Amino acid sequence: MSSDIPDASDVAEAADSADAITDEPEANDSAVEEAAKHVPSGAPPLRVEGLVKRFGGVTAVDGASFEVEEGSLTGLIGPNGAGKSTTFNCITGVHEPAAGSVYFKGEDVTGLEPFRMARKGLVRTFQIARELEEMTVLENLMLAPKGQIGESAIRAVTPGLRGEVVEQEEAIRERAWETLDFFEIDHLATEHAGNLSGGQRKLLEMARALMTDPEVVLLDEPLAGVNPTLEEKLLDRIHQLRGDGYTFLLVEHDMDVIMNNCEHVIVMHQGSVLAEGTGDEIRNNEQVIEAYLGEDI
Amino acid sequence: MSDDSARPSETEAPESATAAVIDAARRSDLGLILGTLLAVYLVAALLTFTDGLNSVVGLMRTLTFLGLVYALAALALNLQWGYAGLFNIGVAGFMALGVYTMGIVVRSPDPAFGPPGFGLPLPVGILAGMLVAAVVGLLAALPALRLKADYLAIVTLGISEIIRLFLQSSAFDTYLRDTLGVGTGGGSGMGMPRNPVRELFLVDGQANTPTALGDFAFGTFGESGLGISNTILIDWAYIAVLAGVVIAFFVLLERLGRSPFGRTLKAIREDELVADSLGKNVDLIKIKVFVIGCALMGLAGILWFGSQGNVSPTPQFMPVLTFYVFIAVIIGGSGSNAGAVLGGIVFATVLFEGPRRVGASLRDVIDAETPPSFADAVATLDPTAFLAFATDNIAPLQFVFLGLILVFIMHRRPDGILGDRIETAAAVDLSERPSGGETDE
Amino acid sequence: MGTTESSIVDSARARPGLLLVVLLGGLLLVDLAAKLAGLSLGPLGGSVSVDRLGSNLWNGVIIGLVVGLAGIGLSMTYSILSFANFSHGDLLSTGAFTGWGVAFLIAGFGDIPVRTLLSVRDAGSASAGDIGAHIVSTPIAILVGLLAAFAITAVVALALDRAFYKPMRDRDGISILIASIGAALIVRYVIQFVYGSDRRGVTASVDASNLAFGPLGLSVNAHELTIVVAAAGLMLAMHFMLQRTKLGTAMRAMADNKDLALVTGIPAERVVTATWIIGGGLAGASGYLYVLLRGTIQFDFGWLLLLLIFAAVILGGIGSVYGAIAGGLVIGIVFTTSTIWIPSDFNEAAAFAVMITMLLLRPEGLFGGVSTA
Repeated sequence: MSSDIPDASDVAEAADSADAITDEPEANDSAVEEAAKHVPSGAPPLRVEGLVKRFGGVTAVDGASFEVEEGSLTGLIGPNGAGKSTTFNCITGVHEPAAGSVYFKGEDVTGLEPFRMARKGLVRTFQIARELEEMTVLENLMLAPKGQIGESAIRAVTPGLRGEVVEQEEAIRERAWETLDFFEIDHLATEHAGNLSGGQRKLLEMARALMTDPEVVLLDEPLAGVNPTLEEKLLDRIHQLRGDGYTFLLVEHDMDVIMNNCEHVIVMHQGSVLAEGTGDEIRNNEQVIEAYLGEDI
Repeated sequence: MSDDSARPSETEAPESATAAVIDAARRSDLGLILGTLLAVYLVAALLTFTDGLNSVVGLMRTLTFLGLVYALAALALNLQWGYAGLFNIGVAGFMALGVYTMGIVVRSPDPAFGPPGFGLPLPVGILAGMLVAAVVGLLAALPALRLKADYLAIVTLGISEIIRLFLQSSAFDTYLRDTLGVGTGGGSGMGMPRNPVRELFLVDGQANTPTALGDFAFGTFGESGLGISNTILIDWAYIAVLAGVVIAFFVLLERLGRSPFGRTLKAIREDELVADSLGKNVDLIKIKVFVIGCALMGLAGILWFGSQGNVSPTPQFMPVLTFYVFIAVIIGGSGSNAGAVLGGIVFATVLFEGPRRVGASLRDVIDAETPPSFADAVATLDPTAFLAFATDNIAPLQFVFLGLILVFIMHRRPDGILGDRIETAAAVDLSERPSGGETDE
Repeated sequence: MGTTESSIVDSARARPGLLLVVLLGGLLLVDLAAKLAGLSLGPLGGSVSVDRLGSNLWNGVIIGLVVGLAGIGLSMTYSILSFANFSHGDLLSTGAFTGWGVAFLIAGFGDIPVRTLLSVRDAGSASAGDIGAHIVSTPIAILVGLLAAFAITAVVALALDRAFYKPMRDRDGISILIASIGAALIVRYVIQFVYGSDRRGVTASVDASNLAFGPLGLSVNAHELTIVVAAAGLMLAMHFMLQRTKLGTAMRAMADNKDLALVTGIPAERVVTATWIIGGGLAGASGYLYVLLRGTIQFDFGWLLLLLIFAAVILGGIGSVYGAIAGGLVIGIVFTTSTIWIPSDFNEAAAFAVMITMLLLRPEGLFGGVSTA
């Protein structure tokens, strides 16, 4: 039953002021955020065109272009050093690409800082889980939601204005608990994130990413170092969320995971896209086999 | 500020001063702080009781004053360093900016009384002092906060020294006099405006014209009552004001910490990239924190040095002042506001004033002449003479002691006294699931 | 992961600031040329004679050499141990006091009580003239003092490392930085306790120690010449050590990329030990030479120089020995020539401003030295 992950509208209902949560404390792109989500808008949620990124003399990404379809679970694979992580970093704004463009729902977002991408609705997880160790699991989750009015220092301290902050906090806390339920880590809520096991950290990261109320989620090897039971659970959650309209782009080392779960697979090699297609198409692609020569497909 | 926040609370967060104080007491921080103060008073009384009540109260006054001003500065630094990880070692400079600006704004425009000022009311001066500290903080923060922590440290130290060199400079003084008609006094510094607390007790601050309140206070406790000197009594009244400001600072920072803003700060301190990736404008938040912290440092400078009669850039605002404040924060445990207050008190009393007092007391019981130099002391081959030299030169030994404490803490207890206590970063209770919420089953 | 972390900073920074700095530098040069020609273009400063410019530059070079020499050690420990050592300045004081104690002992032995000599005139009443330490009259004393400054400071630096820094090798740079502030307090105030807090004269004055260089209008005194020779000699020795010896190669490798160096089997602790010995020794020597230049000594002079040394190291690029030397020269020259435009109250502030500008615009330093990240 728990497939309906709570989203912003639930919180807004819970909060007394329905507009509180979409109200950006630092002004700006509220128009984008108010746009109804999960409604196909024509333009793909994520499109990358001719992306180039160099480090010193090394070209890590060399003209990569691909598209991620609305509501899809797209896999991104490639041998080590193919440029997957760098591509991720260019999309999320950690690196600024030397050339090429990134489009989010048709809008050119090339080179926007990570926090602006997150506010637009594109969030990522990290290859090595970066949970905030000194914060509890619940605090980790409560950090993430957008539009928290209490992030304004003035509102946080002024006596008359703090009431609203507390109301919103209550709503966010409730949503955090529901998200913890969904990932079945609610028993860890008051635990410090630093005490979690590797697999639990991965769950926490995904839960935290979802708390930002994203449209596109970039998962960087979410299953690395996760035991098979937990892996099953994570994949199950990803499929449920996809059913709810979230779009996923998944980088994964484990071929089987990609082939068995993603309807669309992108293969990167030496910084650019080598092949695209369904799992079966990729499996039988001569070039891909050659690129992976010596590796087990 | 404290009047405003003293309203009764309706929510579970520390909504008012009283609630915050009760909250602190519940977690026994307040108890710890008051207990420390009491222990300090006890030792002070033991050291001075033979000299009479006036000496006891006088020493307690000095210790309390220093404890509170260090607590104030430590709270401001804790916001920048403890909460957001911004390693600012220019504290002395920002305090100097605050108190100098206040002095310049308030001092009389008549150059006959020393460096001229604008002759504006004191509240304007205090606000201006905080504002200037904040603006310089902003100018420094805009580019510098992108730097690595150790570079930020060097830049802020450089800024603090540049500020001190400017205040020290007679050329800058002359320049200000020529352009704005105000002065800094250069190396000899400037006198501070009259303390309004003093004027509560004395008409125009003159020693022999007490007000009605002054008459009452001096009559009851003063020379004609318990025998405590009038100056000490007035100082205690100022200490009461200081204590009020420390409490207000504390409440302000606790509320800031226990809010989504504080949560974001905690996240930034731990992992900037994560905060960034979750949609937090890391640069903007760092700038805000830095500027707020600098304004509070300006205020701390005003309340501290503004009450000392005279300020001069050297040696009052040498970088070592910054390190004192750092030691206070480190002792208490960076990241904890109660720790900052406790650290301020412990530093000022036990580490800063303590050795001097103990050294002086020891010196009194040693029956030997002080050798003129270390080499002479060693040459006598007499342990008593050496001890006499050591107790007479307690100041450098005290700094050695401070250094050892600092290294020891970094080795053995980098979290300080209270730093391992992890404070909740939310405006609501997170300890258990609220019963009102729906359960999944 | 390293690239990911630094990239927040590296993301898109157009650098209008750099242009501004170049422009400002150009303007100052034009203004200087005008001043030399006797024209008054700019609003700041009066006219400048070739003689004054020459002596400013010469003084700048000397201060720069001393600061650069001190910077070598700071730069090395910064890059190899990944922390900014705030006790480095006090190593200069350590070298100066111990070195001058030894120099005095040799110069004044027999005539003056030993406690006066070893305490660098803290005890007793002999004047600097009575002791008569000067490169012309007592060259051996001055040179042995320099060696002693190097040796004793190297030992002190190593002892500080073993006591304070070694237990913290795996900690983050800021924690070690704070510990180094503690170490700085300890060293500085032990010096004050032992040697006293008075500023006092050290060198004697000797007739005919000035050598005039007619055509340049320079007047060079024998101590300045000693400093140039000694500093240049130590720098050259450093250069050969780095380029020609196995130890030097290992040091360069560690400074360049610590992880890689460790993987390739460089004996890390041995390199660290050597770094402290050489870096500390050079700091001590530089402190000794600084006192030779100034002629006076005070317990906290090294601490007061620390920020200038940081400025030199940052300017040259952290981790680069040659950068530290070049940075020292630039800082020294800024320090002395800035008085052409601004009152001498601000020459230190000008040097700090140059450092801050450098950090903001080009944190990797003039020579793009290796980053410690």
